[in-house]
Amino acid sequence: MRGAGPFPLSPRGECAIDASTTPPPTATTACAVELTGITKRFPGVVANHDIHLSVRKGTVHALVGENGAGKSTLMKILYGMQKPDEGTIAVDGEQVAFHSPADAIARGIGMVHQHFMLADQLTVLENIVLGSEKLYGIGAGARRKVLELSERYGLGVRPDVYVEDLGVADRQRVEILKVLYRGATTLILDEPTAVLVPQEVDALFDNLRELKAEGLSVIFISHKLGEVLSVADDITVIRRGTTVGTAVPAETTPRQLAELMVGSELPTPETAESTVTDRPMIEVEELRLLAEGSARALLDDISFTIHEGEVLGLAGVEGNGQTELIDALIGLKHADSGSIRLAGEDITAWATRRRRERGVGYIPEDRHRHGLLLESPLWENRILGHVTEKPNSRGPGGFWLDPKGAQADTRRIVEEYDVRTPGIDVTAASLSGGNQQKLIVGREMSHKPRFLIAAHPTRGVDVGAQAQIWDQIREARREGLAVLLISADLDELIGLSDTLRVIYRGRLVADADPATVTPEELGSAMTGAASGHLEHVEEPEDPKGPKGPADPEDTAAAQAPAPADTTPAPEGARAAENVQEAAGPEDEAR
Amino acid sequence: MKKFDKERLLLALAGPVIALVAAMVLTSVVLVASGKNPVEPYTLMFEQATYSDVQVLIINEAGMYYLAALAVAVGFRMNLFNIGVDGQYRLAAMVTAVVGAHVSLPSALQIPLLIAVAMLTGAFWAGIAGILKTTRGVSEVVATIMLNAIATSVIAYLTLDENFGVPVGNNNTTGVMHSSGWFPGIDMGASGEIYGFVIVAALAGVLYWLVLNRTRFGFDLRATGASESAAAASGVNAKRMVLTAMLISGAVAGLAGLPILLGDVHTYSLSFPTGLGFTGIGIALLGRNSPVGIALASLLWAFLVKASQALDYKGYDKEIAVIMQGLIVIAVVVSYEAVRRWGLKRQQQRVGEELAAAARRAGTGGTNDTVKEVAAR
Repeated sequence: MRGAGPFPLSPRGECAIDASTTPPPTATTACAVELTGITKRFPGVVANHDIHLSVRKGTVHALVGENGAGKSTLMKILYGMQKPDEGTIAVDGEQVAFHSPADAIARGIGMVHQHFMLADQLTVLENIVLGSEKLYGIGAGARRKVLELSERYGLGVRPDVYVEDLGVADRQRVEILKVLYRGATTLILDEPTAVLVPQEVDALFDNLRELKAEGLSVIFISHKLGEVLSVADDITVIRRGTTVGTAVPAETTPRQLAELMVGSELPTPETAESTVTDRPMIEVEELRLLAEGSARALLDDISFTIHEGEVLGLAGVEGNGQTELIDALIGLKHADSGSIRLAGEDITAWATRRRRERGVGYIPEDRHRHGLLLESPLWENRILGHVTEKPNSRGPGGFWLDPKGAQADTRRIVEEYDVRTPGIDVTAASLSGGNQQKLIVGREMSHKPRFLIAAHPTRGVDVGAQAQIWDQIREARREGLAVLLISADLDELIGLSDTLRVIYRGRLVADADPATVTPEELGSAMTGAASGHLEHVEEPEDPKGPKGPADPEDTAAAQAPAPADTTPAPEGARAAENVQEAAGPEDEAR
Repeated sequence: MKKFDKERLLLALAGPVIALVAAMVLTSVVLVASGKNPVEPYTLMFEQATYSDVQVLIINEAGMYYLAALAVAVGFRMNLFNIGVDGQYRLAAMVTAVVGAHVSLPSALQIPLLIAVAMLTGAFWAGIAGILKTTRGVSEVVATIMLNAIATSVIAYLTLDENFGVPVGNNNTTGVMHSSGWFPGIDMGASGEIYGFVIVAALAGVLYWLVLNRTRFGFDLRATGASESAAAASGVNAKRMVLTAMLISGAVAGLAGLPILLGDVHTYSLSFPTGLGFTGIGIALLGRNSPVGIALASLLWAFLVKASQALDYKGYDKEIAVIMQGLIVIAVVVSYEAVRRWGLKRQQQRVGEELAAAARRAGTGGTNDTVKEVAAR
């Protein structure tokens, strides 16, 4: 694949001046970090093989690749958490060997993890100082340093706020400041945008530009190509554990980059015709769920209907009630008021098992906690959740387990859903995340659910499996399945859903048409900035305030006699543009 | 596939073997430190085990251990630590003895009645802890420890003269049970008699395996033990499962005292064996909650106890066996966890290897596209 594409690629990035492929050489072409020929073997698996990566000083260097391509291993090596079997690491031109993250920090390499490592009950200042009390003390000196850094890089950090009161984006800035405080000159950001809404991503990128303007280097790990192209100065693509090329953002399209990353022609997004029927499958009315032992509502006034053949996508920043809604639907928590009906039958008081027996499928958001018995063999995992149903049990009421039947059916699932495993007697823990997910999807689909709760169905799953899981959902939808799709991946939501809702602080605050809405518009509703029906408009003047249930079109018609301001002729053009917008990012997700 | 099976067998044996060897070595160290011969006690004990009367004693003792350990294992399989087996079996034995002394039915009815009484008493006592856990969130560990102490007091009260006590010499008994409730033994001639209830214990082991591995209920119980959150999402009512498991554990515990009660002493007295419940915890650990493993562990434990009696005559302290039991329990906990982790890692590697090999074959044979990532993280 190397150099096969028609786009600008150099076989490897060199810090030495190489005018033909790198951007015009400037004074800062010196290398901040250079990895040469890095190879890391885990028994049986080569995680990294002959990797070359050169990060120029004062630049943002993006490292892109699929989940499981070896990005994380590489960064663990650079951050001293693992030692390479072969290859060298040079920092500022000097060869180094890291034995622990402390060594890496001492050489000015800092890491911002995807999952924040902050103590909620401490203030921002305390969190930053924690563990590095020797640098600037814990009092006025530390405060001065924090404020100075915050000022210099435009981070806007408030030192005396408790971390528990901060939003995700603010926490991330605290993490960045924590790393800077320890004197980092090269920052590794591991999937920093995964937890952010589009507006916050823009703010983060502004911060990154500040950092590089001050001469710091940033290694930016991502698989969202649009973002990478907008922020990075250099891009290194990693596939199957090795660097397959570098790219210059200005001369590369997301699609080219994606093909480089995946190593094959991308499947084009399917323009699926609607399969929505008028037969309601699941009807939720004014569902309300209170926090245990208090009057605080975790879910309030949740009402929606999903018809046979319909996918309802639920957008929202994590922690806004999605988990509670899933629990209420599957029966792990029982609603304090309101009702849930499945095909007209009131199931509000039903226990989980009865709901599942009657056709509620469940792809959990945390497969390790809710979907698998990690230390049990695959065939026992195939039984999980469907122990009372054939082929897992037999006899009156499914009293006896049927290991033979379950094993045979597990073999079928492994075959049909392409679960990569040497057999069905290995433990679930020994499979990779994507294969675990395929097993879960296969299991749930095997029982012909009528209503499927799919929470982040493709999280941590490689591209091939992702497309396959999407196909499974589409196919079942054609046969009349109703799906509640919850995902942090807005492109997945937009691409797969027939209807979109936004959940914010336990309420459904907005709805949108996936055919026209953009990720940015969804993003603003996810932060509570917009509500009601999200209508795609170019004019920022559009009154986006809380409109309540009133239909915006009616209001517009009544209030705005002035013609052709919001809806008129460019409809077609606008739709076309949206298709493009929706298609572009969709590619990234693949 | 065969490779995995062989490996699994190896892993299953590695844990106990490592633990036993480590415990023996450490016991020898203790012997050397106290200036004794580090090998002779073992040879003396093995010599003891060759006598058929000692063998009968070992089997009888093992039968009781087995039931107590099964009771503990039921709890373990679902992540419940029933420390209260001790109180449960003693209370059950006492109540059974009282019922046996005051009710007289034909054998065919009397024995099932006594067994039912024992199981219900044990289940009742364990059920208190179960209800406390499900309704008030009280840890079953704390509750059952307390209940052990309470059981001791309850037994002391009920065996008072003015209640059900019948003093025999300076021993407090509950009176001799009617002979229709005596469980027939297996006569071994001069070597003694094997309690017939040992067979009941063996049947309990078979039932334990059948219920856990071959019924829906057993799957739910094991799933809850493996991951409570996953089990709940799969439709198991976790609270009900906690209560049910405690009741079953208590019912089995109730049987633990019956071999000696129905087969030998026929009364509950101050000299009734104590501490079976705690022994059962160690045995369940050593036997890895498997019915066969527990059987072997019970025999080993009974061997240590019965064969060590002779050490006193040869100038060794028979407490060496107690030291060894303690060391086994510690070594077992450490070595099982180590072997478990190692096995899990090893299997992940194997899966990775096999998939990588498969991918290589596919890669050389056909298009590159079929070669997919193999858990490269």
